[in-house]
Amino acid sequence: MEQQLKTYKAHPLSLVLKILVWAAAALTVAVFLILVGYILVRGVPYLSTGLFKTTSTVDEVSVLPSIVNTLKMVGIALLVAGPLGIFSAIYLVEYAKKGSKVVKVVGLATQTLSGIPSIIYGIFGSMFFVTTLAWRLSILSGAFTLAIMILPIIITSSEEALKSVSDSFREGSFGLGAGKLRTVFVVVLPSAISGILSGIILAIGRIVGETAALIFTAGTITKFAGLSDSGSTLAVQMYNLSNEGLHMNEASASAVVLLVTVILLNSLASFVGNRIKKSSGEQ
Amino acid sequence: MKNAAETLSTPLPLAADRSRKPHFSVRTFREYFMQGVFLLSACISILCVAVICFYMFAKGCPAIAKIGVFEFLTGTDWFPTNTVASYGIFPMIVGSIYVTAGAIIIGVPTGLLTAVFLSKFCPKKLYKIVLPAVNLLAGIPSIVYGFFGLVVVVPIVRSLFGGNGNSIITASFILGIMILPTVIGMSESSLNAVPKEYYEGSLALGATHERSVMRVVFPAAKSGICAAIVLAVGRAVGETMAVVMIAGNQARLPDSLTDGVRTLTANIVLEMGYASGLHYDALLGTGVVLFVFILLLNVLLSVITRKSH
Repeated sequence: MEQQLKTYKAHPLSLVLKILVWAAAALTVAVFLILVGYILVRGVPYLSTGLFKTTSTVDEVSVLPSIVNTLKMVGIALLVAGPLGIFSAIYLVEYAKKGSKVVKVVGLATQTLSGIPSIIYGIFGSMFFVTTLAWRLSILSGAFTLAIMILPIIITSSEEALKSVSDSFREGSFGLGAGKLRTVFVVVLPSAISGILSGIILAIGRIVGETAALIFTAGTITKFAGLSDSGSTLAVQMYNLSNEGLHMNEASASAVVLLVTVILLNSLASFVGNRIKKSSGEQ
Repeated sequence: MKNAAETLSTPLPLAADRSRKPHFSVRTFREYFMQGVFLLSACISILCVAVICFYMFAKGCPAIAKIGVFEFLTGTDWFPTNTVASYGIFPMIVGSIYVTAGAIIIGVPTGLLTAVFLSKFCPKKLYKIVLPAVNLLAGIPSIVYGFFGLVVVVPIVRSLFGGNGNSIITASFILGIMILPTVIGMSESSLNAVPKEYYEGSLALGATHERSVMRVVFPAAKSGICAAIVLAVGRAVGETMAVVMIAGNQARLPDSLTDGVRTLTANIVLEMGYASGLHYDALLGTGVVLFVFILLLNVLLSVITRKSH
């Protein structure tokens, strides 16, 4: 301790830096705590059973239809992007030769996709799915737009997970006479499942919080929507509510629902992701 | 493995014969079929990028051409619903630049210092608290950030700086928070990737811990840190919902930091719902300008990351 004091006396700039670094980290954590704390304190009192009625009118807002729409959106988007993303990761890791062109180009494509802002996905979705394919403003248009948006998340996380499976597993399986396909599905995929799952959970979180890509593809009407109907998700409804300014209390309550869902999903994702690290560390 | 099988089978004529004849069992068919399926899936993401680019440019560029490239990009008047309509998006370009610059000024120093903290200063116990906080910041939906800005930051800015609170400052502040996790995540991993010998060598030469970190480790992680900043710029430019709720959205050139601005993204979200004809095309054009900017950032990013490899 005394030694440290002496050093800092001789090098005051080092002390300044140390203080700055600690302050920045404290600021980051403080901002997070204030944000979450404020949203909870402001919104929790307005969480009532009335908010979850089966009908939503202008005077009495209900978020239940939007929650159901969100679930549908998650289901369809995962159904489309899940297999595609996992299969393409399987190709990249298990089949493609090292340094092959396909791997490079797909890598570039996923990087590009993950950099595109959600509003651009919204414009694209409204031109392609809504207009060209004539699916109109619907859950289906929204879900397909979101499927493209979450594709890079699923591809990268599955790729990482597959890469982390030790080669001795594959060799053992080949040695026992299994073919490539059997090896992939029976040996490699099960060992990589938790990494893949954590990617999928992150993708769900992204869908739940998405607004900009959905306004012009799935629309903003609050009702229980069939696949070809227009319907808002919870995030879109929250935007509407806070935009109109008439139902700020309901908006803050839906903020709580959104925030809690997303935080739970993210924690679950990192919990699942950590388990894979631990189990592969033991081997 | 194939080679080994072949050398083993050469002394046995029967097995050699069999291997020469092409045979299509169900099993080999399934192998090839699934390999094809996997390859096709891998190509889907390429296809998506191609189709998105095609649609954006094929629909947006004629729109810009109709208005006139120069008039569209440098025109300062955006009156799409006037009888003599004018479509100049220069105020929106300036708005996006201001807000992004503000976010960088607030978010990058804080983020980098936090990354240095996580990588080189953080006690193990604290790490388990700080890192999840950062990761959760990344997961919070932008609409929630916008709501927080609207009900908390806007009134504070209004009472501190005057104006009506929906301003460049407010938007920069919220965006600065939103880019924190991007900056921290990437620069922390690049700081961690610097070989330990650099740091130890510097210590051995008599530098303090802080000096070693800032003058030796930090410069060595330069390319990863640059990549983090580029990613953060992309995130800030493309952010839509949070900005729409707090930036004021006036389509004119701002005079001061307390003025409201409209960003490119906000322009699209605000008017796309009811636009038609040339107005709609002008919004697609706005999207193209944004898209080109993001693509350029992406190219820059891959140049930086390739250099580091």
